[in-house]
Amino acid sequence: MREKAVYVLGLLAAFVMIFNLNTVFNKLPDEAMQGAVYRIIFIHVPAAIDADIFFTVSLLTAVLFLVTRKFIWDSVTVSCIEVGTMLVFLNLVTGSIWGRNQWGIWWAWDLRMTSQLMCFLLYLGYLLVRPAIAEPTQKATLSAIVAIFAYADIPLVLMAIRLPNVRTQHPGPVLETGNLAPAFRAPFGIGILALLLMGTALVLVRLHQETTRREIDSLRRELHAA
Amino acid sequence: MDITNLTFLFYGYSAAWIIITAFVLMLVSRGRRIDRELARLKSLVEDRDRS
Repeated sequence: MREKAVYVLGLLAAFVMIFNLNTVFNKLPDEAMQGAVYRIIFIHVPAAIDADIFFTVSLLTAVLFLVTRKFIWDSVTVSCIEVGTMLVFLNLVTGSIWGRNQWGIWWAWDLRMTSQLMCFLLYLGYLLVRPAIAEPTQKATLSAIVAIFAYADIPLVLMAIRLPNVRTQHPGPVLETGNLAPAFRAPFGIGILALLLMGTALVLVRLHQETTRREIDSLRRELHAA
Repeated sequence: MDITNLTFLFYGYSAAWIIITAFVLMLVSRGRRIDRELARLKSLVEDRDRS
């Protein structure tokens, strides 16, 4: 059942992605100021939005673990965080390439970009520190606390380009202000859906690995106890 | 069309696909490692139960 879901989601993600890439590269015109390079936003922004979705799920499941003490929630948390961190990294790299072309620099230490880098480093820290704790309950509890703490950066990332009196190198919000051309809206939304489907398939694969790892841990304990 | 912009567009999408592919390969390799470890431990438990 799980394997079937992974294949269905993966195929669906591939189909939606190919459809969207065809639209983005073959049907949309070049942007008046930026030329062809603006097309990076159709992967750069969806990656950030989907990462935030996965981090939000990880926040909820981290709280659920602390409340219920069921390990499945810890497994969902780490799976979502791993996929979310990959998407934030993708967002940072593609943004930096776009910035080099448009601003002439690879990076600017403005509030939006710095808070997004902090977000990446916080969740990377979660993933790097987690294996260092051997005892399963302690590992899951500390991981849940770190996941909740790390999420505190997300509102800052979202607000960074919306705060009054804060000037950022990063462009302002385009969705809610209506600054996105109508022709760009559909590929933008489909881009979000494509990465979300792919990310969900990856979360399911990662979740299965985490469940198997728990089985390995319990077998190891059984062997040591004997 | 500006050739510089096309080059950076190529860099951007190449980087995205490299990151996604590397992540998927990492997941696959980890999955294989975990499956091997599980099979090894299960055979150890079976050996112990038999003896």
